[in-house]
Amino acid sequence: MPMLAIALLAAGTYAFRLAGPLLGDRLRVPDRLRQLLSTAAVVLLVALVATAALTEGNGFAGWARPSGVLVAGILAARRAPFPVVVVAAAATTALLRWYGVP
Amino acid sequence: MRSLWRTIDRGTLRDIALVCLADAVVGASFGAITVSGGLDASVPIVMSLLVFAGGAQFAAVGVLLAGGSAVAAVAAGLVLNARLLPFGFAIADVLGERWWTRLPGAHLMTDESVAFALRQGDRPRRRAAFWICGVAVFASWNLAVVIGALAGRTVGDTGALGLDAAFPAVLLALVLPALADRGTRRGALLGAGIAAATTPFLPAGLPVLLSLAGLLPVARSVTSAATATQADPAQEVR
Repeated sequence: MPMLAIALLAAGTYAFRLAGPLLGDRLRVPDRLRQLLSTAAVVLLVALVATAALTEGNGFAGWARPSGVLVAGILAARRAPFPVVVVAAAATTALLRWYGVP
Repeated sequence: MRSLWRTIDRGTLRDIALVCLADAVVGASFGAITVSGGLDASVPIVMSLLVFAGGAQFAAVGVLLAGGSAVAAVAAGLVLNARLLPFGFAIADVLGERWWTRLPGAHLMTDESVAFALRQGDRPRRRAAFWICGVAVFASWNLAVVIGALAGRTVGDTGALGLDAAFPAVLLALVLPALADRGTRRGALLGAGIAAATTPFLPAGLPVLLSLAGLLPVARSVTSAATATQADPAQEVR
């Protein structure tokens, strides 16, 4: 990733953060927009989970990786500690590959 | 600084420490995953200092590791960070009146620091919680990213270790609490379906952005229940 792209992302992010403190007395963010922005963040993250778990390039990633992510999802839903979730995902995928699952 | 410590109660300090610990684990995985995916160690380190928003950092790097363009990566990161906009309005008063507290204070704005600030009653306590949490998370996050990036360099075959599953696993664990809301869940599943279905036909990075079409049906039905649970540190999607 070129440093220019990082700089752009950083500048845009800082602008989102600074707008409130600078304009707080003159503007209000409508509740509907507030909800839409936080829902948009969740939608994007879940889509990222789906594509990162299921696809590699333009094709299917194989069964080992989505299986690991599924295990992570089950553990996270049961409120397992964060490190356990991540290690379990990697371990499941590694184990399946070791047994020859693509 | 001393008065900040006295303003805030021990329970809150302990909660802040726990959040820092969890963020450090996420940060270390971010550094390791980015570097083991083939990017230079300077990328996660500089990004964490300047962008300082975990969810967006993971999103941008995820798009890049999938072969997407830098433009798509920046766009994905900015869409995620747009939710910081209302946060700024909610806690503008704790950043103070002077520019030299506002400018650095704005950079410390995260799901965590905002959530801790909003849980406090009066303004001095909100101020103390925001600054202590903001500085502590900034320090632990960036330190952990450096450690993770250095460790990631020593890892050989990342596929055999299943590290490619760690990235979506981290994101899933972060986002899961927010899916308790029914409207949000519907939009997210629709968006994920769109992204997965279009991946074979579109350049990398674009399908993830297309997932935002999942917002259209729910845009009307999103209820105030979504914001009621927003300011909860357990729900961080940093």
